[in-house]
Amino acid sequence: MSLMHDIAFTLNGVKRGATVRVDMSALDMLREVVGLTGTKYGCGEGECGACTIQVDGLSINSCLMFAVDCHGREVVTIEGLADDPASGRAAALRDAFVEHGAVQCGFCTPGMMMQASHLLDKHPHADEAGIKRGIEGNICRCTGYKKIVDAIVDVSKQERGA
Amino acid sequence: MGVAEKIRFIQRDSLIGKRIVKMDAPEKIEGKTRYIHDISLPGQLHGKILRSARVHARIKSIDVSAARALPGVHAVITAADVPDQRPIGVARDHLPLKSDKVRSQRDEIAAVAADSEEIANQALKLIKVEYEDLPILSDPRDALKRGAVLIHPEPHGADGSDEHLKKGAPVAFTGKPDNIAMRFDYAHGDVAQGEAESDVVIEDTFQLHYVTHCCMGVSGIIAEFDASGNLLMYSNTQVPFLHKREFADYLNMDPARIRIIQPPIGGGFGSKLDIYPFEVICVFLARAAKRPVKLLFTREEEFLASPTRQPVLLTLRSGCKKDGTLTFRQVNTLHDNGAYTSWGATTPFVMMQTFSSLYRVPHCDYHTVAVYTNNPYAGSFRGYGNLQATFAIEQHMDMLAEAIGMDPFDFRLKNAQEAGEVTGQGMSFKSCGFKECLNTVAIRSEYQNKRKANQARQKAPGVIKRGIGMASMLHVGGGAKIYPSDGCGTILKLDDFANVTLITGASEIGQGSETVLSQLVCEELGLPMSALTVVNNDTAITPWDVGVHASRTTFIAGNSAIGAAKKAKVKILAAAAKKFECPEADLDLRGGWVIKAATGEALIDLPRLLRSLHFTDKAELVMTTFYYEPPSVHQDKAYKGDVSAAYAWATQAVEVEVDTETGIVRMLKVTCAHDVGRVLNRLGIEGQIEGGVVMGQGYALTENLMIENGVMKNPNFRDYKLVTAPEIPEMDISFIESMDGEGPQGAKGVGEAPAICIAAATANAIYNATGVRMYGLPFTPERIYRALHGKSEKPSWKPL
Repeated sequence: MSLMHDIAFTLNGVKRGATVRVDMSALDMLREVVGLTGTKYGCGEGECGACTIQVDGLSINSCLMFAVDCHGREVVTIEGLADDPASGRAAALRDAFVEHGAVQCGFCTPGMMMQASHLLDKHPHADEAGIKRGIEGNICRCTGYKKIVDAIVDVSKQERGA
Repeated sequence: MGVAEKIRFIQRDSLIGKRIVKMDAPEKIEGKTRYIHDISLPGQLHGKILRSARVHARIKSIDVSAARALPGVHAVITAADVPDQRPIGVARDHLPLKSDKVRSQRDEIAAVAADSEEIANQALKLIKVEYEDLPILSDPRDALKRGAVLIHPEPHGADGSDEHLKKGAPVAFTGKPDNIAMRFDYAHGDVAQGEAESDVVIEDTFQLHYVTHCCMGVSGIIAEFDASGNLLMYSNTQVPFLHKREFADYLNMDPARIRIIQPPIGGGFGSKLDIYPFEVICVFLARAAKRPVKLLFTREEEFLASPTRQPVLLTLRSGCKKDGTLTFRQVNTLHDNGAYTSWGATTPFVMMQTFSSLYRVPHCDYHTVAVYTNNPYAGSFRGYGNLQATFAIEQHMDMLAEAIGMDPFDFRLKNAQEAGEVTGQGMSFKSCGFKECLNTVAIRSEYQNKRKANQARQKAPGVIKRGIGMASMLHVGGGAKIYPSDGCGTILKLDDFANVTLITGASEIGQGSETVLSQLVCEELGLPMSALTVVNNDTAITPWDVGVHASRTTFIAGNSAIGAAKKAKVKILAAAAKKFECPEADLDLRGGWVIKAATGEALIDLPRLLRSLHFTDKAELVMTTFYYEPPSVHQDKAYKGDVSAAYAWATQAVEVEVDTETGIVRMLKVTCAHDVGRVLNRLGIEGQIEGGVVMGQGYALTENLMIENGVMKNPNFRDYKLVTAPEIPEMDISFIESMDGEGPQGAKGVGEAPAICIAAATANAIYNATGVRMYGLPFTPERIYRALHGKSEKPSWKPL
């Protein structure tokens, strides 16, 4: 018998509640309780970055965070990043990922997008080496990373007017 | 309207060679793509598999009573519950649920379908299994010894017959009194004569390790039966039509009652060419529970129960004359087959092409044995044996060159194949850009100067040494005729808005096939990419295709798509010619219009013409079909024949930095030249090369599936080290356009090619930096450090 717990939090700008098992990860809550499947399970132990979300402005592996710890916090998933019309950056990243060919199978892509957006928030002046370090925790098996890095560098340059 | 329209002229504009963005990229970027993991059917149950706790043991008893009694459990099955199960796999040596004994750590013993994953996992813990341990064979050399315990003592036929042994792969020995799973023997010329003519002969043994695909999306399947007993599977397979037929065989069903839908897939790389026990078991669960069942792996399970690349011990004996002419090559390999036979056992098909035909070798023989062990079993993986073969061959090219005092680049150039040659194995090279690949890489990487300079600095003071190494490869680039057909079908449907639905048998696995196929159709019909919709994921709709493997999709499905588009164009131009009362040859399609071919003058927009076709008393729709079968042949019994309609070539130079104090090897730069026939989608092909190079980098430097006594020690991304973004090398990529006569717009296949040379070129680069030759992979700091300090473990085995 699992112990359940009620939490309240903000998800992609909308306040909501959820009843979750106490041992449930934020990832499982998003996918199974809330029904948003853009956040991916890649390893379940914080090694691959496919489940990256943003919580109170921090980039988090949602597989390592308890769902109950979302209580009272601001959670943003790929669906929120994609839908947010106010953020020019999300749109710029989307366009850059398309134009640079940064997507193949696409399974790592939502996590990559979340991490890229967080990276540019924290380090708007990151150079190519800094950007590579910034996505070090996100594994991609298809692209060899080059085009992902190019896409993020492009957005970073656009933002700096370089 | 009514006013005379201004005459418009439409300029010719080609999509070929352009950077075409991937059609499915926006969905994937926004997290909207529904992978198999994201699909839930109403009433769906969750399946889980109980795997063996032992490596090699007899199963004495299985007690599932407590699991069955758990609330929320709908079905628990063991081999006893599916007496009709049939052996699966390439050699039909593998029962999905094990009854008599377990032969590896991954072996499936029981399975549960429950309301939730948690309940299913709980139920697994309640299943009690008693084992009696058997001796473990984890070294293929031991498994080959006379008197070794037999891993497959009995043929597996459900009725005790060996009927199943007659199907499947060429020479399967299951049920024989040894552990040999498969063997290949190949020869052309006379190696004894070749050796007699040699001025230099060298022999070395190389050891290739276990790696695995690590697709970011874990394996999964959803199976359900409808009210009439028809089976629907949501599957990640790369070969839906072959699987439909095989599933029918395994399940004793009419293939017409099986439908496979392929949701977008989180990585393939060859891992999904065989049917695995979990897929058959999930169908059994759906049948038992009478509900849809979804079964997903955990990442740990993905490591434990997915196929691997084939680990190989390889002894190579090569010779040449003083003038640099290759004389002969003799190869013996021992393949660790693992406990069951999958495609890994057949990688010698590809390996022997490299041995026999990458260079002109007048005399060649190759003997190989795949032997059963209690290790994980090997499947197909991007490159299909070619990484292993190339690792040895391309190191020997450097070693032979050194032995005769010749520059390794000149030595390769002297022996490289050219267009027009037919090799000892019967491969006919109609287009061949090998020498251009070699020259391009040598020039762009400054190979010869750097090699000499690095070599001169080997003994100079300093901890960090630099090296450059080169390797080349040959791979099928026009399909591979290993099944009765190597073809692909296309259905093309034009609607009355001139939107095109391209219904293709070809599977998209992230490589960008739907984009490149659409591009080829648009090129034929003069349409923008936005006019195309692709349907490619449902066996009930799409025409037959042999599957996505062997770097064949652009070539085969591309030719098929072009064939259907050409037929559609003929229909459209015939209608337009009638309307404008002119010969068809005077017309063409461009920019969504029918134009005058000579001037580009726009005559009628395509939607209007198409509507006029079917809103008449002799109504007609523009729908065409095409089936493309490449002009290749099956190999004969001696493995000779021109199996591919075209062959792909590449040369890659790797530059490394070796820290002699720590043994750390950093890959600085990879300079590649690939003969791809012709670049179709520049963005897509760059992505294939870059991704392949980095996958090759992982094979060379970091990835290593550690198996000790049959037990996998590192089934996770922390201990199985994939390359991450900061480690990637600078990449300089050149495309050699040899314009293959049979290829779609001149293109050849490229999917596997970029991963093949990297390990070999890296070994040569380490030698150039340090003067130490590496015989085993991967080049971890520890292995390099030991080798630099004279503790190189030189692999050895005695060929049969």
